Amino acid sequence: MERVDWCSETGGSMSMISAWRDRLHDWANRMPRLVQQPWMTRLPWVVRSEEDPARHGQQPLVPAASIAGRALVTVIAIMTFLAGLTAGAAQLVSEASAGWRSSVAREVTIQVRPAPARDVDADVARAVSLSRATPGVTAVRAYTRAESERLLEPWLGTGLNFDELPVPRIIVLQIDPERRPDFGALRRSLADTVRGATLDDHRLWIDRLGTMANTLVLLGIGIMILVLAATGLAVVFATRGAMAGNREIVEVLHFVGASDDYIAREFQKHFLRLGMRGGAIGGACAAVFFLGAGALAATVVATPGGTQIQALFGTIDLGGGGYLAIAAIASVVAGLTAIVSRLTVRRTLLELG
Amino acid sequence: MVRFENVGLRYGMGPEVLRDITFSIEPQSFQFLTGPSGAGKTTLLRLILPALKPTRGLINLFGHDVAGIEKDTLTALRRRMGVVFQDFRLLEHLTTYENVALPLRVQGRDETSYRAEVIELLRWVGLGERMHVMPPVLSGGEKQRAAIARALIAQPQLLLADEPTGNVDPTLARRLLRLFVELNKAGTAIVIATHDIALMDQFDGARRLVLGDGRLHVYD
Repeated sequence: MERVDWCSETGGSMSMISAWRDRLHDWANRMPRLVQQPWMTRLPWVVRSEEDPARHGQQPLVPAASIAGRALVTVIAIMTFLAGLTAGAAQLVSEASAGWRSSVAREVTIQVRPAPARDVDADVARAVSLSRATPGVTAVRAYTRAESERLLEPWLGTGLNFDELPVPRIIVLQIDPERRPDFGALRRSLADTVRGATLDDHRLWIDRLGTMANTLVLLGIGIMILVLAATGLAVVFATRGAMAGNREIVEVLHFVGASDDYIAREFQKHFLRLGMRGGAIGGACAAVFFLGAGALAATVVATPGGTQIQALFGTIDLGGGGYLAIAAIASVVAGLTAIVSRLTVRRTLLELG
Repeated sequence: MVRFENVGLRYGMGPEVLRDITFSIEPQSFQFLTGPSGAGKTTLLRLILPALKPTRGLINLFGHDVAGIEKDTLTALRRRMGVVFQDFRLLEHLTTYENVALPLRVQGRDETSYRAEVIELLRWVGLGERMHVMPPVLSGGEKQRAAIARALIAQPQLLLADEPTGNVDPTLARRLLRLFVELNKAGTAIVIATHDIALMDQFDGARRLVLGDGRLHVYD
């Protein structure tokens, strides 16, 4: 096995360091497979032979570790987390709304109101037969009088005599979503043949649900834009701070013949690394949040509260697309960080020039 | 190569620190820039770099008037110059090797293409065993030599050195001077700012540019 030479770069506390170096050396030589891994060669305390290309690896020109850098990673992580939450919530609402609209759109109802001197059962039978003859109607179910009265019990209570009340009769029509009936023609036929019958295709509710869902999705997009804008501003300030903190490095780079573009690229790489780290942390936290929320919702699904949540939002499951969206947000945040930092550096260098 | 005509420099509304500076640096020439502390030696070097803009006069570098110089041209001109700063200006998060390789790295060259020459130069200046340590660990003399190696690595046409022997013992100072003389023989024009009379006396063939009271006196 190739021997690895371990040593410290600090030069201080030599006895303690050499003791540790010997231990590490011993340990490394016992684990040949491990030391042959490429990542091991990048560890700062590993010094290889002079001919080894890994020994001359190039450090970033902008110092990687700084307090400001860690603060920026934290800010980016928080922003990505919030953007991921917003995107996920918007997607859940959008999917739930699509589910509601789909359910509502799959059926329409005919209401037959009792009228003096008319046999409401005969009117219901005519409406049912008319509906069955309409193309696109897959099933027709007329509620009996008793069933119609039961529908009123939640509001009027039980034990009442409904005989004196003109309780309308409901007919529910199941619709083929691929071949929707001509509701205008059905409405006209009902008006001609069944007096007091009205057709409700739930369009009003569908439109309202659609508007609400679209509003929430637009709101989510707006919040994401704000979050990205705030991230961009944070990066601008951080970049300016990094430029000020590394002014001497910038000056030396200029004197040794680095172009503005080269310096901007170095800062861009630095901030891309920070952006990727922050984006990955924030995106992972958002993904874990939705996984946890989904698992929690699954445990309370049998309770009344859980049932309500499920009725409202369906299952809290983003699906592959949702998690991909969170990954995309993290990538966009990292890319935005790199681009904004590059532009800021170019501008700052122009000002310095 | 470098031509100054009636160059003056003042900071803000203060008095002129440099007045009517007129001189030129020819290719393959060797000159000491001297004068008492605070006479403006470093300022004059910064004007040559150019890291400062004169308040009046004309500075011409390699045929380019610096007054209206484009950024890209300036970068290209700086690549033809090497500079040794009085305070070394080594990047503390890079190893000695990486610091010395910096001028080649910023040219976009692949690391494998210059590794051998950087190692060779580091050995030549006596830093072969210190190439993988960080500047804070280096002694003053080692930093000085690393800074000189960084200035030389790209084989500049003009080398500007600000007190390059200020932190080394007389023996090493003589060795460094010999290094500069060898470089000069190889075709590099040298400007060494120093107030070390003994150092200047060791090389009689050099021009002396003497700064005093903001004016420059040239002794060929």
